Amino acid sequence: MTFNNKWSLSLAMVFCMAVPALAEIDLSGSWASINDEDSMERGAGPNPADFAGLPLNEAGRAKALSYEQSVISMPERICWFQTQWHIAAGPFSLRMWAVPDPLTGKVLAWMVGAWETRAPMTIWMDGRPHPSKNAPHDQTGFTTGVWNGNELIATTTHLKTGYIRRNGAPSSDEATITTHFRRHGDMLTAALFMDDPVYLTEPYIITRSYNLSTNPVSIGGPPCVVGDEGVEEGRVPHYLPGQNPLLNEMTKLYGIPPEAALGGAETMYPEYRDKIKDKFVLPAKCARNCGAGGGGAN
Amino acid sequence: MRNRISNRTLTKRNGAAFAAAGCVLGLAMGVVLTTPRGLYAQGKGGGKGGGKGGGGAPAVAQTAKAAAPIDLTGYWVSIVTEDWRYRMVTPSKGDFQGVPMTAAARAIANAWDPAKEVASGDQCKSYGAPALLRVPGRLHITWQDDNTLRMDSDAGKQTRLLHFGDWKSPGGPPTLQGDSVADWERSGGGGRGGGRGGAGAKGPPPTDGSLKVVTTNLNGGLLRKNGVPYSDKTTLTEYFDLMKEPTASGDPVVVVTIVTADPMYLSRNFVISSQFKKETSDAKWKPTECSAKW
Repeated sequence: MTFNNKWSLSLAMVFCMAVPALAEIDLSGSWASINDEDSMERGAGPNPADFAGLPLNEAGRAKALSYEQSVISMPERICWFQTQWHIAAGPFSLRMWAVPDPLTGKVLAWMVGAWETRAPMTIWMDGRPHPSKNAPHDQTGFTTGVWNGNELIATTTHLKTGYIRRNGAPSSDEATITTHFRRHGDMLTAALFMDDPVYLTEPYIITRSYNLSTNPVSIGGPPCVVGDEGVEEGRVPHYLPGQNPLLNEMTKLYGIPPEAALGGAETMYPEYRDKIKDKFVLPAKCARNCGAGGGGAN
Repeated sequence: MRNRISNRTLTKRNGAAFAAAGCVLGLAMGVVLTTPRGLYAQGKGGGKGGGKGGGGAPAVAQTAKAAAPIDLTGYWVSIVTEDWRYRMVTPSKGDFQGVPMTAAARAIANAWDPAKEVASGDQCKSYGAPALLRVPGRLHITWQDDNTLRMDSDAGKQTRLLHFGDWKSPGGPPTLQGDSVADWERSGGGGRGGGRGGAGAKGPPPTDGSLKVVTTNLNGGLLRKNGVPYSDKTTLTEYFDLMKEPTASGDPVVVVTIVTADPMYLSRNFVISSQFKKETSDAKWKPTECSAKW
């Protein structure tokens, strides 16, 4: 390369540094959640003791079965934030925007706006490292992102314990969430992987879809106000080992064998059907939580 | 005051516009002054793999197989972490959570009788293209020829053919798997032979992109085994995205976003997404017949 060539490239680079860096694809906007899949789980909430399709280990299962739903009615927990996994577990839409570095104009971070029970996700794009493993953890966690072509891959660590399903299936403070954002025209697909060495035997993957919307999605949700939801002071709702009264709920409602409802990695794969085929009893008609065929709420 | 703010804003905008223009100009200068002369001799474009701005080889029609930005071939197992009770077991009659059904669809679904499907030989109605990737099972994806991707399922022994290029349907009656037209969607990143500023045919093989498939000429079937119908007016649009599992081995995972539009039985588009993990062999490939009851 000649001197002129070097000079020209340098000139081009200097000019380019003065404008906002181009993302591989623009993800900014209001993304309306399409809740057709896992409609009930994301909306009203999952059935109690339904852990089918979750790769829980024994510790995860034990903790999940200790969960009593009214624990979130404790005054201390009414306004408790969920972890960033709530993007997948909840029904809410997303609002995304880029934050430029004020000096260079380059994209410093991508933001995923908050909701009432989930903090905003700041996806740092400037190459900064994740904090020390001894740094404090919170529900927000710490997230960095990289582009893979048109795909934004966000990695979240430093989370506190939380739920991967809103019926008590747990995630630990050792969990890592990897979120892939893929845009196809006016549609966004988010694929979330949860890797949790404490409660899962293998990564858990959930995918969610969104439509680009001209209706602005809130970036904070309504404020949470603590009230009296009936849990008396000093009581922590829970079930002791072996005493969860809702253990057979999925069998009663849908004929699903109890062991399938307890989850485990094998329940995620097709061959598990062979294992439960002879134990499954198809109810004559759906009795509860059947939906009206009106689709998931958007 | 207002004018001052406006002027300042205007100045900022002008500055940004100037800088942007400078960037384009600077890049153009840089490219012009640093591009080896040999590249000019290769002509413009780069065929299908070049994408816009490709500066590679002469425009020679590239086969879909050669232009593939991602490799979807191999054996894939479905990971059933969503809608479990509608997929891993037979959903109860009247269990319609999540599907935006019309009144006509509900009437049909409420009359669901799997025994009648068996009697009429319609056991495969829940294995049509709009539902097939929701059925727990394995897929075997291969190139049937340079412009046709073939997808076989072990569950229900179905075959879908995804046609690239200028393929035209031969016509004929609608079928369970319909007519599928496929196209690669490429990343915007440069230097991968597929996007803006792509390096053309001479560049390194592209590593990122998506597959878009649009399927029509379907003969109607079931979105769920418990009688939730789709009609022969259905258009199915799918996006296949390749990802890596965040583990040390980084196993490939395919996520398929499935958009079903049916003016007869759906009140709006029905959107779901299914995921599959790659397997290294056919050891677990287990062809099974269609079933209306399980």
